[in-house]
Amino acid sequence: MIRFDNVSVSYPGAPRPALRDVELTVPEGELCLLVGPSGVGKSTLLGAVSGLVPHFTGGTLHGRVTVADRDTRTHRPRELADVVGTVGQDPVAHFVTDTVEYELAYGMESLGLPSDVMRRRVEETLDLLGLAELRDRPIATLSGGQRQRVAIGSVLTVHPKVLVLDEPTSALDPAAAEEVLAVLQRLVHDLGTTVLLAEHRLERVVQYADQVVLLAEPGMPPVIGDPAEIMAASPVFPPVVGLGRLAGWSPLPLSVRDARRAARPLRERLADRGPTPVVPPQKTAPVAEVSGLSVRRGRAEALRGIDLTVRPGETVALMGRNGAGKSTLLGTLTGLHEPASGGVRVGGVVPHRTAPRELVRRVGLVPQEPRDLLYADTVAAECSAADEDAGAAPGTCRALVTELLPGVPDETHPRDLSEGQRLALALAVVLAARPPLLLLDEPTRGLDYAAKSRLVTRLRALAADGHAIVLATHDVELAAELAHRVVILADGEVVADGRTEQVVVSSPAFAPQVAKILQPGPWLTVPQVAAALADEARA
Amino acid sequence: MTGPRGWLRQPAATRSNALHAGAWWLWALGLATAASRTSNPLLLLLLVAVAGYVVAVRRTDAPWARSYGAFLKLGLLVLTLRVVFAVLLGSPIPGTHVLFRLPEVPLPHWAQGVRLGGPVRAEQVVFALCDGLKLATLLVCVGAANALANPARLLKSLPAALYEAGVAVVVAMTFAPNLVADVQRLRAARRMRGRADRGFKALLQVGLPVLEGALERSVALAAAMDARGYGRTAEVPPRVRRLTAALTLGGLLGVCAGTYGLLAAQGAGFGLPVLVLGLAAALAGLWLGGRRSVRTRYRPDHWGARAWLVTASGVAVAALLIHAAASEPAALNPPVVPLSAPTLPLWPAAAVLLGLLPAVVAPAPRRDPRPDSKGAER
Repeated sequence: MIRFDNVSVSYPGAPRPALRDVELTVPEGELCLLVGPSGVGKSTLLGAVSGLVPHFTGGTLHGRVTVADRDTRTHRPRELADVVGTVGQDPVAHFVTDTVEYELAYGMESLGLPSDVMRRRVEETLDLLGLAELRDRPIATLSGGQRQRVAIGSVLTVHPKVLVLDEPTSALDPAAAEEVLAVLQRLVHDLGTTVLLAEHRLERVVQYADQVVLLAEPGMPPVIGDPAEIMAASPVFPPVVGLGRLAGWSPLPLSVRDARRAARPLRERLADRGPTPVVPPQKTAPVAEVSGLSVRRGRAEALRGIDLTVRPGETVALMGRNGAGKSTLLGTLTGLHEPASGGVRVGGVVPHRTAPRELVRRVGLVPQEPRDLLYADTVAAECSAADEDAGAAPGTCRALVTELLPGVPDETHPRDLSEGQRLALALAVVLAARPPLLLLDEPTRGLDYAAKSRLVTRLRALAADGHAIVLATHDVELAAELAHRVVILADGEVVADGRTEQVVVSSPAFAPQVAKILQPGPWLTVPQVAAALADEARA
Repeated sequence: MTGPRGWLRQPAATRSNALHAGAWWLWALGLATAASRTSNPLLLLLLVAVAGYVVAVRRTDAPWARSYGAFLKLGLLVLTLRVVFAVLLGSPIPGTHVLFRLPEVPLPHWAQGVRLGGPVRAEQVVFALCDGLKLATLLVCVGAANALANPARLLKSLPAALYEAGVAVVVAMTFAPNLVADVQRLRAARRMRGRADRGFKALLQVGLPVLEGALERSVALAAAMDARGYGRTAEVPPRVRRLTAALTLGGLLGVCAGTYGLLAAQGAGFGLPVLVLGLAAALAGLWLGGRRSVRTRYRPDHWGARAWLVTASGVAVAALLIHAAASEPAALNPPVVPLSAPTLPLWPAAAVLLGLLPAVVAPAPRRDPRPDSKGAER
């Protein structure tokens, strides 16, 4: 269905081609997963399928890409619109109209389908994606998972043979991600649609893939093969594969179910052991105290009756659905929202009554989009501005950048950094004021495994240094690795608050893969299991 | 639900039976035309009341429906400005009732004919009030159409050749709320840098990042639209293409010449036919131009009996008041000199009340008992 014949793509001014010598065939009705670290050209490869590369992005494409026997060289993206449906990383950028129903019809209108066909397909798609309730809703009022489903639906109505998706689940909570993946499964199984998708969060998708294309390094030809074979040697892999490699299982399991079947001997070996207990921080004076907090956004109550105490050295993960109130809680801690009732104290002051200059020394927030925090056009200018804003000695921020982000020259534009690098720069900017409380909103969105593990190391060091950290996240694996405590929010209320292993193990949505595999044992991460096995070998 | 007059009763509004947006606009323009024919404050207030009542009973909870209040305020502002200018600058209305005197500012001789300050006469103020009320009524009528008709659906009813322009407007309308959200997010982020998040300076400094974001979004949207088949065209023979261009261009020229003929002192005789011919040619050009587009329309609005009735009520109000303005000029445009209390001319007032017809025949919006739906965050 999709064929790449010796394809290379290069952009003018780039030192090396973005893609080189790609030979790839995706047969009809397969789900093909594209994996690899950030910046290896995954998006370029996806764009080449829909013809946006090079027709829209510029650059030079050598070789030949054919989709359903149409050559992208002679067919512009709009002429491929009836065979390829593309959904980009940000569904919001994809919407042309304002309500769900019109969005679903837009593509068909462009292709000039007769109106009775359009009507029928819209109704079918509303049912297929579970959107019937939302048909008249303005798109602006939908949650993240709903938007992603509308975006997929809007390309499905034209009945494309090929569906191309760039990180369809990375902005979604675990339940919404399941929803989207279930829909993709259904398309592949029932309609024979060919799906090509790129995703960083392999733990969510790898078990559904029929074929994996691994782009290991920029400018290197891809490795293509069976998911289990590729995962055995891939530099990026989900925890289930990490555990499988550690325990030496063969064939390598990709799903929790397969791993549980293979894990019986391991569970027995680990039965009388437990992970090294994480030392909970000493009972010192809290850096943030929230009691009986309610916050209103417009007429809706975003938070209701929240109690939360954060102590120095403690890492707390805030979890819950999209729209449960996580970002509002972080915003209230930084004084963006005024409480309707209840009290908030951060470092002894009331945030919304404190001047920003004072507040940055007590609490720092890295927002969901780290770019929002960066204004200057070079890294050096950003650092000196940060020192000035924070009232820190000149050079403080630059020293932090060098530590967090070695090898980034002064004159780089923040826009040219990768997602992970930009996050590190924003973190350095925030840390320049040495706030004892550090807040992160969805820090791993768009990060590959390597960038994520660097982030984990840094945050651990900061916590050991006495910083209190609160992170709002959908990433259950990150919470399992990092957090001492997990707080789960639902509809603006705290529904669970406790030690990580107690809260997440019992929850099907928030349990990390290792916990699901080694249930009922208290294990959360691969390194814990590795340490225990090493301990056993020594004994 | 079906009472004794079951089929006469208007149905609850749904997506399928929604009144055509064009019908609402024709109705509102009818009321506006009527307003432009009279300066009788009682008739004007009656027109405002009619438009206001229809909006109150027939508008939905949609975002555009909330714009009615803004139009009312704008009308009040226009009215106030009109009176303030009349007081400050004076007007050529003669009169004998001097209310008070403002200190007069002496102006150089080249500004002759302009006066600043001086005596303020009651006739002047009354004239300005009536005139301002007329403008305000026009604005309220436009506001009513805006609140009752979905602007996106109105654009969808444009001829195929104008489709691109319609898309541009729809995209702009969805972009504006995104821009506002961006500004709020970036101002919040400034707080995290320890800078003031309120005030004019803060707004200025987030300007550049907001523009950058908007630009990036437009590029992403353009890519998405291209990938979804926007701009696919059908093959049109070159002969038809040339004919389209000639018809459109010639038609527009004809419209210009015809309008000139109508307005100029001489040549009124050939003005009308040329204008009609020009319009016909331009419309034919638009229709032919639509053949290049392969687009079809999803669930187009139907122009049914109720749409006809709504349109007819607006047209009737306009026609009757135009007629009244000719037959009873004193009642519709009461003179301000000498000052007298305006009277309500009976049969023109009854004609204005015809404008209430949509309040009965248009489908009734469903009042949703639920409060604001959740999930608006993020």
